[in-house]
Amino acid sequence: MTTGWIAPRYPFHRPAELESGEGSARVVIVGAGMVGLTLALDLARHGIASVLLDEDDTVSVGSRAICLAKRTLEIYDRLGLGERLLEKGVTWKIGKVFHGSSLAYAFDLLPETGHRMPAFINLQQYYLEAWLVEACAATGLVDLRWRSRVTGVVPAEDHVLLTVETPEGAYRLCAEWLLACDGARSTVRETLGLPFLGQVFRDRFLIADVVLKGEVPFPPERWFWFNPPFHPGQSVLLHRQPDGLWRIDFQLGWEADAEQEKRPERVIPRIRAMLGEGVAFELEWVSVYTFRCRRLERFVHGRIIFVGDSAHQVSPFGARGGNGGVQDADNLAWKLAAVLRGQAPRALVESYDAERIPAADENILHSTRATDFITPKTEAASAYRDAVLLLARDHDFARRMVNSGRLSLPHAYTATPLSTPDREAWPAGPAPGAPAIDAPVGEDWLLHRVGGRPVLLLFGEVPAPAIDGLAVTRLPARGLVAERYGAAEGTAYLIRPDQHVAARFRNAGENAVADALARLWARAPAPGAIRSAA
Amino acid sequence: MTTALCTDTRLSDPDAVFAALAAAHRDLSPLESRRLDAALVLLLANHIGDVRVLEEAIATARAAIRRPAGVAEPGGTAP
Repeated sequence: MTTGWIAPRYPFHRPAELESGEGSARVVIVGAGMVGLTLALDLARHGIASVLLDEDDTVSVGSRAICLAKRTLEIYDRLGLGERLLEKGVTWKIGKVFHGSSLAYAFDLLPETGHRMPAFINLQQYYLEAWLVEACAATGLVDLRWRSRVTGVVPAEDHVLLTVETPEGAYRLCAEWLLACDGARSTVRETLGLPFLGQVFRDRFLIADVVLKGEVPFPPERWFWFNPPFHPGQSVLLHRQPDGLWRIDFQLGWEADAEQEKRPERVIPRIRAMLGEGVAFELEWVSVYTFRCRRLERFVHGRIIFVGDSAHQVSPFGARGGNGGVQDADNLAWKLAAVLRGQAPRALVESYDAERIPAADENILHSTRATDFITPKTEAASAYRDAVLLLARDHDFARRMVNSGRLSLPHAYTATPLSTPDREAWPAGPAPGAPAIDAPVGEDWLLHRVGGRPVLLLFGEVPAPAIDGLAVTRLPARGLVAERYGAAEGTAYLIRPDQHVAARFRNAGENAVADALARLWARAPAPGAIRSAA
Repeated sequence: MTTALCTDTRLSDPDAVFAALAAAHRDLSPLESRRLDAALVLLLANHIGDVRVLEEAIATARAAIRRPAGVAEPGGTAP
């Protein structure tokens, strides 16, 4: 390895279940990838223990899901990994799109200051996974079992019976909840025979992780080429990662031979043509892929819940795969934790479907459109694409049609049973279902004060409603936070444990807030029963 | 020269417009595709109803497609 990265090897520990042949757990997660680890850590932050099974004994190979979007970074900040990600990751916000060798279009993703997290960082997935493993271990609540392969899944009314194979034998594990985070080729999904339907794109892409040496001719920006002179007729995407590593995606076309194209004698000339003769480089990892956009019809199947790529798959343009999966985990963890604590009914877990299916559809729509732009299906579509690129150099309307991937933005849960609809008109601020907007608060950040539990943001000096189980954060009725929230004296925002807005009020009456809180927990509004005597 | 043609974006969802145009050509022969585009232009020209706008659009489109994509310009920083 030329970057200095050495993949950890995690030891197999013989579980007690191998003695008796069986055991049980409240939560079993299958797949210790980015999503499974995130979910285990989030559950642990809520005090919930889990058994995390993975058939391998290490983190992922190659850079894979490298672009972590702002919302994902905010989620990892809540989970305690934010600082580490910012330190190691390559922060970027400028994207450039070239047509031929001219610049067609450039964009700046985060013109607004006063947010803790940038629009994007790039980081190899293996770093994130290795840090998540450490963070999970530190909680003492995640029982991480490597080299443990699920070979049987038998669902029942109130549990799921798993067969787990290990190097030292097999055992049965009875799970109250099974969280399938086992990726696009999910064993759990296949065992249950659930249809995973959608569109296959007739194209192939070569991904190369390349270490560039000496002076590098690229800034830390996302560069995308349509039909560049060094790779005629196809597209190329370039991203910078830490450790002097660069990620290059070459479009190859459907006719390309995947095995041939992976060979260094084919890959190296492509990279040399791109970089020129003067730049020294080494290949670190190469892969050829085709992709699909598809999803399960539902993600919650009784006691089995699909999270991340096992539930939905998107094309890579827009960085919506990894980011979408992390946001699934963010959505599910607090709900499942509340149900397991007996604090909320099962309906709360079922709202994961109501909220994350539209999010998956949004990701599929955008990544499908981007893919159709990059790989036009007809001659006519190809002519439209080229016309857009030619017009984009001079005309704003065409620039906005150039689609090299619409980059992942957080999904707003606009039609969710957990939100209380606005009763007043709001000039600004995040609507119910949208994620809370960050802003500086004193020496700290607003998003550090919400999350993990329901919080009422209360603007000004009005008395706080006294409601059990509701933390209150006071904010000034003037200034940047108030501006971003369209707030005045007496305004209140009820923020969910995943930092999304549940409700907002011009004047926070105790009954209205208590009703909104009950709704957030998927409980029938019963304000009398939950209001404290204070 | 006063311009009648607006090329600032006026579309709230430009991706949806592109997708609709691309989808309109699905399953058409090359000749049918040419005719579809021609029919679209005629319909939209009539809808706009202003020959100055149309003439300016024709000139703008001709200028765009005649400029070779391979020629670097100021601001084009590709290697």
